[in-house]
Formats: sequence, C-alpha cells, structure tokens
Amino acid sequence: MATPIHRYRIVQWIDYRLPIFSWTNEHLIDYPAPRNLNYWWNFGSLAGFMLVVQIVTGVILAMHYTPHVDHAFKSTEHIMRDVEWGWMMRYLHANGASMFFVVIYIHIFRGFYYGSYKSPREILWWLGVIILFLMMGSAFMGYVLPWGQMSFWAATVITNLLSAIPWIGETLVTWLWGGFSVDNALLNRFFSLHYLLPFLLCGVVFLHIWALHHRKSNNPLGIDIKSSKDTIPFSPYYTIKDMFGLGIMLFVLAIFVFYLPNYLGESINYIEADPLVTPPHIVPEWYFLPYYAILRAVPDKLGGVIAMVASIAILFVLPWLDTSKVRSARFRPLYKQFFWIFVADCIVLGWVGANPPEGSFILIGRICSIYYFAHFLIILPLLGKFERTKPLPESIHQAVLPSESPQNASGVPPDDPPNTTSPTPPSTGKQ
Amino acid sequence: MRYTIILVAILFGLTLVTISDADAAGDALEPPDHEWSHTGVFGTFDRAELQRGFQVFQEVCASCHSLNYIAFRNLIEIGFSEDQVKAIASEYEVEDGPDGEGEMFMRSARPSDYFPAPFANSQAARSANGGSLPPDLSLMVKARDGGLDYLYGILVGYEEEPPDGFELAEGMSYNHYFPGHQIAMPEPLYEDAVEYSDGTEASIDQLAHDVSVFLAWTAEPELEIRKQTGLKVLIFLAVFTALIYIIKRRVWAKLH
Repeated sequence: MATPIHRYRIVQWIDYRLPIFSWTNEHLIDYPAPRNLNYWWNFGSLAGFMLVVQIVTGVILAMHYTPHVDHAFKSTEHIMRDVEWGWMMRYLHANGASMFFVVIYIHIFRGFYYGSYKSPREILWWLGVIILFLMMGSAFMGYVLPWGQMSFWAATVITNLLSAIPWIGETLVTWLWGGFSVDNALLNRFFSLHYLLPFLLCGVVFLHIWALHHRKSNNPLGIDIKSSKDTIPFSPYYTIKDMFGLGIMLFVLAIFVFYLPNYLGESINYIEADPLVTPPHIVPEWYFLPYYAILRAVPDKLGGVIAMVASIAILFVLPWLDTSKVRSARFRPLYKQFFWIFVADCIVLGWVGANPPEGSFILIGRICSIYYFAHFLIILPLLGKFERTKPLPESIHQAVLPSESPQNASGVPPDDPPNTTSPTPPSTGKQ
Repeated sequence: MRYTIILVAILFGLTLVTISDADAAGDALEPPDHEWSHTGVFGTFDRAELQRGFQVFQEVCASCHSLNYIAFRNLIEIGFSEDQVKAIASEYEVEDGPDGEGEMFMRSARPSDYFPAPFANSQAARSANGGSLPPDLSLMVKARDGGLDYLYGILVGYEEEPPDGFELAEGMSYNHYFPGHQIAMPEPLYEDAVEYSDGTEASIDQLAHDVSVFLAWTAEPELEIRKQTGLKVLIFLAVFTALIYIIKRRVWAKLH
C-alpha cells in the first residue's frame, strides 16, 4: 500500500518518524474488505468494543473495590450505594460480561458457518480460541470478586476440579488457593489476575487483527479475494455498518443494565460468602452452562475435567478436522444442516447445565456431550469426503454485483466471462 | 433447513424459560402476584408507603433483624427532612471511641451512622432466636428468588395450624411460601402491629405491603434514577441508531 500523502506538515513530520497515521489509514480506513460482508461480520468489532467497555468500567470499579474477605462484599455495596454512578458502572460491567460472551459466541458460530478457520486463517483461529480461554478465565475470576455466596462456592467447585489431576492435583489446589481453603489469599490473587488478563487479551486481540489483516477477511461466499473489484475500503462502508450494529448492541445492553440488571445473575450472590452454608444449587453463569453440562456428563471427575477442557481445546484442531475444501456453508448443503443441529446441541447442553444432574437430565446431557464431540471428530471429517458441494462462484464481485453477472447471487458461476454487460437492473432497495 | 431453524428457536425459547424457572422449583408455592407502584418501566416508589414501611421495620423487624447497609442519612431519599433524620438518628445509641482515656463509649447516633444491629454478633443473634440467625434485611429483596413477591408472600403466608399430617418441629411456624414450609421466624405481623401516623389502616396486608416496599428501596436505592436514566439512554440510542442506519444506506447506495 502506498504511503498516503498527509495534508498537515505536523502529521507528515510525525508520520515520517513513527508511521501511526499511515498505519491507521492502512488498517482502519483503506483496509480492503470483501464487498459482500453481511451483518454476521459485525460481531468482531462489537467484541472489541465490549473489551474496551469492560476495561473502562473495570478500572473505575477497581478504584472503589477492596479485595479482602472482610471488605469485598461491603465495598461492592459501597459502589452500588455511595459511589456516584457506581451502580451503573457495576451493572455495565456485570451485564457487559454477558454481552461480551453473546457477541463472542455469535462471532465463533459465524466462523463455523462460513468456514473462517480454514487455510490460510488457522493461526487467526487459534488466536481466537486463546482469546476465548482468556475471557473465560477472566469472567470466572471476576465473578468471584463480589464475594457473595455463589462467588465463593463457584470458586470452591471450580478450583477443586484441579484436584482431579493425578499425583500433583492436591498440591496444585493448595498452591492455587495459597492455603488450605478458598480464602483471602485466593481472593487477592484472583483480583490481581482479573486485572491482568484483559491486558493480555488486548495483546492477543492485536495479533488476531494482525493475522486477519494480513490474509484479509473471509466472506459469506468463502472464496478468496481475487482483484480489487472484490473489495471496498473499510471506511466508510464498514465503519458505518459497524456503527449501526453497535447502536443495536448498546440498545440491548442498556435494556439489561437499566431494567433487568440482575436477570442474568444469581440471587444468592447478594448474600455474603459463608463457608459454613452450602447453597442447594451451585450453578455457573449462563455462558459456562454448556461446559458445565459436559463436565457433569462424565461419571468420572478427571474424565469430566478432561472432557470440559477438550470441548474448547478441540477447536485448535478444527481446521484439520473439517476436511472440506469449500469454506462457506452456502455451498455445503449437508454441513448447513449439521451446523444448525450443532447449534441446537449446544443450546440443549446449556439447558442441561442449568438444571440439577438428576433424572433425564443426566441422559440428555450425556447424549448431547457425545454428539458435541462426534460433530467435530466424526461428522466434519466424513462430510468433507462425502458431501457434494455446490459450484463456487468465479469471484465475489461477479456473484454479488447484478451488473457484473447474468446470474443472480445464487453462486452458480456464469458460463461466459462477464464482459458482456447485461442491462443494469434497478439497484434500489438492495445493498 | 427451515425446520431446523424453527427447532433451534423453540429449543432456545425453552431454555430461556427453564433457566429462569430452574430455581423457583421446590415444594413452596409460587409467590402471590401483588401490585407494586415501582416495578414498571416508569415505576417510582410511593414515599408514603416507604415511610410507613420504615415505621414497620423500626417497630417490628428491627428487634431481630439488622439493616447494615443503610445509614440514617439515606432516609432523606425516602422523603424525610434533614431535621427529621437527625431526630430519628438521635433515638439510637451507637458505640464510638476510643476516647482520650482509651475507653469506648456510647453516644446518640448521627445521620452519618449506620443502623445499629440488634445483636452484637451472630452467636448472640442465634442464642436469642432459638438457634436461627435472622438475616440482614438490606439486600433481602435481591437475595431471594422471587424477590419482592416472595418477601410479601412470606409475610402474609403464615398459617396458625399446619395441614393435617405435617410434622412441624419445635419452635417453628408453618408458611405457605417458604421452601419446605417450615420457617424459624414466628409470624411477625398482626392487625394494628403499628399505629400509622397518617391514619392508614394497619391490616396485615397493608403492613406487609409497606415494609416490602421499604425493603425494595433498601435493596435498590438507585431504582428510580436507574430507570429514568435508562429511558434517556434508550431514546438516545434509538435516535442515534436510526440516523446511523439512514447514513449507512446512503453511503452504501454509491456502491451499486
């Protein structure tokens, strides 16, 4: 990309020494994005925005919060009652975490649907999986900080999982706790790590975007960018489209923050932690429920932990488990069906995770857990071999621009080279 | 394809319903659906109800329950004047110190003090209440599934005699809405338990209603400002998003 000519001398002076203006121009303004990205492509930038919201509100909350077993719950109430707009900061942070996960899960499933993990985007995908792990760690430790009953017991249950590791498990748990029970030492280090992880996240997000901009975005057709006719500059087209998505996301977030601030939370977390009183149901936040269901589906403790970790770690090898050469589900009629069944499977797992492990929930949980892994280990490898995919379009611009192709965007490639321009159909009402 | 999407949507709906109901399960009855003035989108607390509820708390609940997160100064928010708050505070004694000789001493409370708890510690509270610990009430409405309706249900849900065949343990009471029906708190409210200064008839329903509203406020003192701010934020976002959408269409129109 040619270095843009900057209008102001001071900008030229700085840019010559540190090319931040050229860099910004290259990545946020001129960045050539496929011209056919749909609204499912909004969720990457929305996730980035939520990370900023979490860091800003989190830094402010940390100014008023005290990470000590005797003061954590009280200081949280102090934020809610005495700090100016403290209730808004805390509700934004708590519901923002849920919004962040909603956005990230849609982002991941968009990747599943359009095959965004396939070559040459494997490392981009790995970085995304690392981001998910970091987010989960961060969310879990953040949930412990208010030191309510669910904070305490979730911390107890989850940290105890490590004791399943043979030989070193017990030692590892003691080391993690900094003592012989979940207590002040653990609260302190969780606070420290909860503050650290988001900045590590920022670093991995930077690499994620670097890898993305190096090999460019995937698109709903799943075919490569072949010429500059296939792309449009990121700004103004996708900046304005992302702004629109941002407005809608913030509207949803505001409904929760201002009208249903505790809908997604657990009521008993408004009771201060008490190591002597075990709550009847210990459940994680909604965004962990499917993993929790997988954990409990395995009758063996160590096996459950391995299955739970594997349910996410398997994503690292997804680019090789999916043997199909075609990226987008638009051209994969069978995969499209299995994709939606997989979505349903994950939702049922979440539902099972929210319920006590008794009766038919155990059976449903086991079937869905097995299916979860079968999707990756059996269905995807076989589909690539046996699925009859639809023919791919020649190029993005031929498929999406009515003036460029005698066909519509159904993905059937034109028989002739598109130099014979058909009469331009009216393009109103279509974007 | 379409059927799969419909299936997914149904499952998703079911999941939402089950998740929100999951904790309400148990053998207790669904709490009564009571009318409140502050629960809607535009809802605000009724100041008269709040002040009456405070009176019920003071004269009935406070003999066993603490209210640790509320200071006397907070009462200004429920419509008391500064002088009234000073007068209310001065009726209470709090411990202060140490003084010049290193001794702790008692003095009358100031608006900046928090409500003194009825018992010095949880052991004292248990020993005075047959082994049960009366919980702090500040966050009660947020700390129980069912919230406000549940709390109201507990207060009006007492039965003098348990149904036939129900084994009630020594010192326990029977309550419709309490999980397991066996509650350690004896029926706290009775007709004319307090004498309302505004002449409102102090029926059990009225007492329960007023004190529930008061505890809704102690749990969520930010409720009114939160909803008012929320309305402004939503209106702003709706206009902003609509404008962005118009601009977006104009910008993209150039592409075709």
